[in-house]
Amino acid sequence: MSVSDDAIISIGALTKLFPGVTAVDEVSFDIRPNEFFALLGPSGCGKTTLLRMIAGLEMPTSGEITIDGQDMALTPANRRPVNMVFQSYAVFPHMTVEENVAYGLKVVGTPKAEIGPRVGEALRMVQLEQLARRKPDQLSGGQRQRVALARALVKRPKVLLLDEPLSALDAKLRDQMRLELTRLQHAVGITFIIVTHDQDEALSMADRIAVMEAGRVRQIATPTELYEQPASRFVADFIGRVNLLDGEVTGTRDGTVEVETRGLGRIAVAHEGPVSGKVCVAVRPEKLTVSGAEPTDAPIRAQGRVRDVAYYGNASHIFVEIAEGFELSANVQNRSRRIEGDFRPGDTVWISWASEDTLLLTE
Amino acid sequence: MSTETARPALTAPAPAGRRARGRDVAGPLDFHRRLWLRIVIAATFLFLYAPIVTLMAFSFNDSRRNIVWQGFTTDYYVRAWNNASLFEAFMNSMTIAVLSTIVSTIIGTLVALALWRFRFPGKAIYEGFMALPIVVPEICMGVAMMAFFARVDWPSGGGWPFNLSAVTIAHISFSFPFVAIVVRARLAGFNRELEEASKDLGASEWQTFRNVIVPFLKPGLVAGALLAFTLSLDDFVITFFTTGPEAVTFPVKVYSMVRFSVTPEVNAASTVLIVITVIATIFAVRLQAPDRQGAQ
Amino acid sequence: MDAGVVSGFSGMESWSRNRLVFWVLNLPGTVWLTAFFLVPLGIIWVLSFGEKTSIVDIAITWTLDNYARALQPIYLEIVWKSVWISAVATLVCLVVAYPVSFLISFAPGRWKALLLLAIILPFWINMLIRTYALIAVFRRRGFVNFGLEWLWEKANAALVLLGLGQYHLIGQDFEPLPLLYNNFAVIAGLVYVYMPFMVLPLYATVERLDKSYLEASLDLGASQTRTFFSVTVPMTMPGVVSGIILVFIPCLGTFLTPDLLGGTNAQMIGNVIERQFKSANDWPFGAALSFLLMYVTFGALALRALFAGRRQGMEV
Repeated sequence: MSVSDDAIISIGALTKLFPGVTAVDEVSFDIRPNEFFALLGPSGCGKTTLLRMIAGLEMPTSGEITIDGQDMALTPANRRPVNMVFQSYAVFPHMTVEENVAYGLKVVGTPKAEIGPRVGEALRMVQLEQLARRKPDQLSGGQRQRVALARALVKRPKVLLLDEPLSALDAKLRDQMRLELTRLQHAVGITFIIVTHDQDEALSMADRIAVMEAGRVRQIATPTELYEQPASRFVADFIGRVNLLDGEVTGTRDGTVEVETRGLGRIAVAHEGPVSGKVCVAVRPEKLTVSGAEPTDAPIRAQGRVRDVAYYGNASHIFVEIAEGFELSANVQNRSRRIEGDFRPGDTVWISWASEDTLLLTE
Repeated sequence: MSTETARPALTAPAPAGRRARGRDVAGPLDFHRRLWLRIVIAATFLFLYAPIVTLMAFSFNDSRRNIVWQGFTTDYYVRAWNNASLFEAFMNSMTIAVLSTIVSTIIGTLVALALWRFRFPGKAIYEGFMALPIVVPEICMGVAMMAFFARVDWPSGGGWPFNLSAVTIAHISFSFPFVAIVVRARLAGFNRELEEASKDLGASEWQTFRNVIVPFLKPGLVAGALLAFTLSLDDFVITFFTTGPEAVTFPVKVYSMVRFSVTPEVNAASTVLIVITVIATIFAVRLQAPDRQGAQ
Repeated sequence: MDAGVVSGFSGMESWSRNRLVFWVLNLPGTVWLTAFFLVPLGIIWVLSFGEKTSIVDIAITWTLDNYARALQPIYLEIVWKSVWISAVATLVCLVVAYPVSFLISFAPGRWKALLLLAIILPFWINMLIRTYALIAVFRRRGFVNFGLEWLWEKANAALVLLGLGQYHLIGQDFEPLPLLYNNFAVIAGLVYVYMPFMVLPLYATVERLDKSYLEASLDLGASQTRTFFSVTVPMTMPGVVSGIILVFIPCLGTFLTPDLLGGTNAQMIGNVIERQFKSANDWPFGAALSFLLMYVTFGALALRALFAGRRQGMEV
């Protein structure tokens, strides 16, 4: 296997072992130039370790990292063409904003005449020119993050790494920063790699996401693909909400598969390709329709009792028990301005959805 | 649209040209794996321990002048044991240490409790004063105590243990602030909710103190007591100025032996003191570490 | 009086709300400190303004003669020497303690506690014994010289083997190094005794340092050396200052080390003070010297407090 020609970063069978724990387990994938890439997964899945290995702050136990065609095995952290924005920002408290941003240029011997303009340019990019002379303890968290960004970007790295960039910010600031980062990535035109445990962050910012679990990459895809075409139960469950039903394939006809499910009986699911044995049927809550009357033209439907309604303002989650101990949740937009919801706990309702909205998962 | 999944590691063999490294390369901050740092710390430990170890080893030297190793013997331990004045000095040191420990632990704990519980005018100054015995140079305190006892004509006779009173008092003076610091540090980790829970369940203030706070305090008390004990046992300078012929302590006796006749007996006596100190220290450290009961 | 304040043992309350308990807790310490610490210091302070009227009598005449005498060249020279020796000892401690605390701080879990204990342990052993142990190491017929002699003999044998014996390239006989009863011995003795005092505060500060700062510096392209001087040192300054104070001050007032290891060549202030109170029997002068030493100590502490205050914004 050779390195893809248009990959800026190539990871090959990368493994990192700590005493008693395999943090990263034979991970291989490529990241394209100018891509906004996200490493997503629950805590402990190895995403941060992977990021740090790219940065050179951890050394792999085995495997390879290639950046822009060059093998990084013998390149120490301070000589790699990547820069990192740390989770705690790590803005040097004993230097001013300017000095922080200039630091990376000074230590590699950039001529003095060049430093000033470049620092100014970087500060303008993050809108911090006014605060150039301030010390970090006089700045807010969000401002310090921008200092960290400017400090990294001024070095014109080939790749920018960001470790949980939005986790320390409050909700409003988070939305702001989300737009900022995407805008910045387009403006600067380099690859960004972020690490996050928040799927909203990943889905809304990234061009492609690598979902990780226990040291392995489960799936790499665009946000829509991940959401609508998860390759495994883990990914379907980790990203967004999903209803999962275990079942077994009882027959196939071209275009559809018959599955005997627990709780729903036998249903027909649109699915290409061969499949047999035990499967998991998955359907996203927003694809479900809840109605009082039986929807006679819907191929997949079931009757049940509303167990609970969780109100979120813009939408409601309705939990319907369709069989003994078996529940489906539907996500219904509150389209009209009414105080009383359509359904209340105890109501008997019908749940239905289209066959093509059903997913068949084999892992 | 394609959806990539991770190349399954189990089925794809490692592609040619990618080698697996057997061992971890040290990361940039893995300082404990840098050779030169390891050399520095090894040399430091060598420097710190070699003199002590050789001193202990040479306490078994069968040679009066104790310069070259001439054979193994425990004679000098026997001689040290039989040396009446040395033995007496040792007992004196122990007595002083025990008395000093008891009193300074009590006083130090009371001070720590006062500072922890109360707000009062001049608290900062009070804290400053309590820290004075720690910051004042030992020799200044030593001569001050000497002058004090001379001025007030402190009785130096009076039989055991009263002849040790001057030294004991001096030891208490410099020990209890240390105890206060240790106990205070322990108190700082106390989870207030434990006290509130106790009150919520109906206990009175005194009951809460006895049943909730004191048990929590115990490791701090023991640590403070051990600290006071070793400080007293080890002290030379202040003791040197407050002892008299009737109240010679172990370090002072060893000092005069060092100045006048250096035989392995001195080594033997020193080794005994080292062993006691090491045991007490390890004990104290062990006590500090595991118990986290009630701490936040 | 504050109303509504949390009462009970762990809420900090005003002393006036429970005077009995307050005084019970407070009094023993205060009385003891006053009677057996402040009063003795006071006596010394008064003594420093006194004069000897006979072999045993001292009259307090509020004279400044003792202080004036302390400022005479002969004593100033000793003061200067004490400062110089203490400074060198402190510097050596700093240079050695820094890498040591780094290594301990970055060591994996179990090793950390072990290494720390190993560094602290000698500190608990009686200073007298430790200093005495050094005599056997440094004297002319001591371990260092024995070792050097052994090396010399081996080297000499090698030279003879090579046929160069008659040139006496490394001397005719082995000359032992004079390592005792001089400044070197005193400095070595001070470093030996006070090293743990430098390691502890340095270790505490390095331990609390957020490693991300070091990683950020490396990530931005700085070398390890540059990172150390531009990031680590400025950010661990408080620990460095603490360590310097904890070593320099006791060194300044030490008398045992120069007494046992220094011989007549390396006298420090501590020795002079001790002499005044023991053999020379000139207590007023000794008292003046003691107080001068104390003023220097407090001056250094005040400087440090000032320094700490100005660096409040360091913890970001």
